[in-house]
Amino acid sequence: MALLQISEPGMSTAPHQHRLAVGIDLGTTNSLVASVQSGLARVLDDERGRALLPSVVRYLADGGVSVGYEAQARQSEDPQNTIVSVKRFMGRGLKDLDKSSIPYRLLDEPGMVKLKTVQGVKSPVEVSAEILRLLRGRAEHALGGELVGAVITVPAYFDDAQRQATKDAARLAGLNVLRLLNEPTAAAIAYGLDHGVEGIYAVYDLGGGTFDISILRLSKGVFEVLATNGDSALGGDDFDQRVFCWVLEEAKLPPLNPRDTRLLLSKAREAKEYLTDHPEAHITAVLSSGDIVDLRLGLDDFNRLTQGLLNKTLAPTRKALRDAGLEAEEVQGVVMVGGATRMPCIRHAVAEFFGQTPLTNLDPDKVVALGAAMQADVLAGNKQTGDDWLLLDVIPLSLGLEVMGGLTEKIVPRNSTIPVARAQEFTTFKDGQTAMGFHVVQGERELVADCRSLARFELRGIPPMVAGAARIRVTFQVDADGLLSVSAREQASGVEAAVAVKPSYGLSDAEIANMLSDAHAHATDDLKARALNEQRVEAQSLLAALQAALALDGEQLLAAEERGAIETGMEALRRLSEGSDHLAIRAQVEALNRLTTPFAQRRMDRNVRRALAGQKVDSLGI
Amino acid sequence: MTPDFSADHFALFGLAAAFRMDGTALDRAWRELQAQVHPDRYAHAGEAEKRLSMQWATRVNEAYQTLKEPLRRADYLLQKRGIHALGERQTALPADFLMQQMEWREALHEAQQVRDAHAIEQLRRALKREAAGLTDLLARQLDEERAWDAAADTVRKLRFVQKLAEDVNLALAGLEEDD
Ligand SMILES: Nc1ncnc2c1ncn2[C@@H]1O[C@H](COP(=O)(O)OP(=O)(O)OP(=O)(O)O)[C@@H](O)[C@H]1O
Ligand SMILES: [Mg+2]
Repeated sequence: MALLQISEPGMSTAPHQHRLAVGIDLGTTNSLVASVQSGLARVLDDERGRALLPSVVRYLADGGVSVGYEAQARQSEDPQNTIVSVKRFMGRGLKDLDKSSIPYRLLDEPGMVKLKTVQGVKSPVEVSAEILRLLRGRAEHALGGELVGAVITVPAYFDDAQRQATKDAARLAGLNVLRLLNEPTAAAIAYGLDHGVEGIYAVYDLGGGTFDISILRLSKGVFEVLATNGDSALGGDDFDQRVFCWVLEEAKLPPLNPRDTRLLLSKAREAKEYLTDHPEAHITAVLSSGDIVDLRLGLDDFNRLTQGLLNKTLAPTRKALRDAGLEAEEVQGVVMVGGATRMPCIRHAVAEFFGQTPLTNLDPDKVVALGAAMQADVLAGNKQTGDDWLLLDVIPLSLGLEVMGGLTEKIVPRNSTIPVARAQEFTTFKDGQTAMGFHVVQGERELVADCRSLARFELRGIPPMVAGAARIRVTFQVDADGLLSVSAREQASGVEAAVAVKPSYGLSDAEIANMLSDAHAHATDDLKARALNEQRVEAQSLLAALQAALALDGEQLLAAEERGAIETGMEALRRLSEGSDHLAIRAQVEALNRLTTPFAQRRMDRNVRRALAGQKVDSLGI
Repeated sequence: MTPDFSADHFALFGLAAAFRMDGTALDRAWRELQAQVHPDRYAHAGEAEKRLSMQWATRVNEAYQTLKEPLRRADYLLQKRGIHALGERQTALPADFLMQQMEWREALHEAQQVRDAHAIEQLRRALKREAAGLTDLLARQLDEERAWDAAADTVRKLRFVQKLAEDVNLALAGLEEDD
């Protein structure tokens, strides 16, 4: 596709300094890591040539952890310590889950469930971090060096809690998160760049545990998400679950133990996958009681069992189109992503809905990881200016506050392009009121009880005034990862309170540090060496960025003495990073950031002016 | 230190401050600007630039949203003249307009009761036409007649109509969900 011409945004790095960056698709069922090498995105295989890593983590009694195929093979043998589809638990409380076929010992912890294993209590964040750590190792081995960062994909319909949990997991795995990227958007990048298409496209992504539908406009090097919708608890797993329930009923089985539950779920999944290419499947199993299950499942029966699930994907699809202000006929192509879109019933339903054959010429398992790798390559600064693209994504669910009567007041509407900030004023309702509580929620429903609770915080120290006199301005800021932070400020007195919306479910930095030092038997990372290393990487990247900026604009935008001061600061940082005092490096990085803020500002202003100048020339039709 | 965001939304995009607007030009200017300031461009830069980039990108999106939507654009133009059309103190709208609103609300309510998707769809179309009419009127009032107070009334009417249209959409979505 024709790419947008961009004069000189950010700083381009010299071509020889290729920075190692990866894209990771952290899937419910399968995870992958991909990277761009010599201009080509490719998935990095394991030592046996396999691209997919089953998202299965087994905690062993001897303190070891096994991840992937081996863990998957043992799942019915050791069901309570072998965690499958952990993504379904990310940022979720016990009450959010359907417990009927979960063979784990779940603990109802505030914010997020935890799992009781032979190695103690594990949070879904820790379990996910095991998967990410393995993929990080695979990538470092394959690419032959340390990664500068990773793009981690998340379902577009993930809410703030689920996104934050994912980011925490990546940090816990020692990854620098360049960006959280929505899975369907990643797929659109891979598809759009490969096929050079322009126009309105829909991405229908049905994976193992999540469903997303995104509507995008692709034009001249810009990927613009118009609307997104979905169901973060709907996927191939649910089709397995329907078959599983059918087996229980047909074979008139009593409630099963965890081992048999796991066994029959696996059999159900095999049957479902077999039915993609065959008219019928046989389900046979020997239960721990010695009883034998032997059933025949026809494709028609399967379609009847799962019809309801199919409709559950079409309702969000309609909503997304409506939010985008489009009719189904206006969509030029429908890109199919996710292993579950191999099912013929899904393909038929999508074809009928959009009145066209969906695009299935991509590998539905790999396209998300490949798109993430391409985006990571751009974010790491490996792309030449003019060769890159712009991504404009949205938040999937409205963000708001609880107001009187348990109602929600929407502050940032769903499908707002990020980054976005919105403010709203509130006032006190009692004379002399000096504190005000805020409850931040996410969702479309009117009642707070039906939305997801993200955080509670309080603004204290409001000067006593009559009711209704205080002016409290609450600001919501959503960053490019789709993560929210909220602050409140009393306008007259300037009293302030701010929260990164984390406490009710996320991990604090201290908790992450604790977990990191909680020495896993197999983790050799020494915390201090690690901190030093992180600071050095940070310093290097800042120095490289400044170097490039000075070369480009130092002459034009800085007075001689300003430039001199910056160069002195850089020299100091260079010297410090050769030493081993990570705190001193940190301090100098911060000092240099402060020192260069005016320079950064001038560069930014100049870039903005340039964009406008280009615009005027364009609109004259020259 | 925060950057100077004082520029007017229209000026930010290099557009004339008028209600009638070339939507394509706005879209293009928005993308050009985001191409310069978006955080993805600064993911490998220092903290100072990362922060500035987020502030700028947020600012550019805010301006874009305001100008893109006719209702918000009209409100913004009036605010620049010190008129807060959607503020707390408002003059009452004409009785016939309010009557029409009530009739539409009733129609929606009835159609919902009997789950008549067709009737709701018709209502959706009617509201779309009504909104288009009000938008045309706003263009005349703001760009030609410079009749600010009348335009403020039209802005309020348009908000009524849009709120109802949202409820109609919710009702349609509700029917689909129960299918
Ligand atoms: N041939 C097939 N027929 C039917 N379903 C299949 C087939 N192959 C894979 N699947 C299903 O696809 C799902 C896994 O898809 P995928 O690997 O895309 O999910 P994921 O990326 O791990 O999950 P998510 O994106 O929801 O987090 C599983 O439910 C699996 O059973
Ligand atoms: Mg997936």
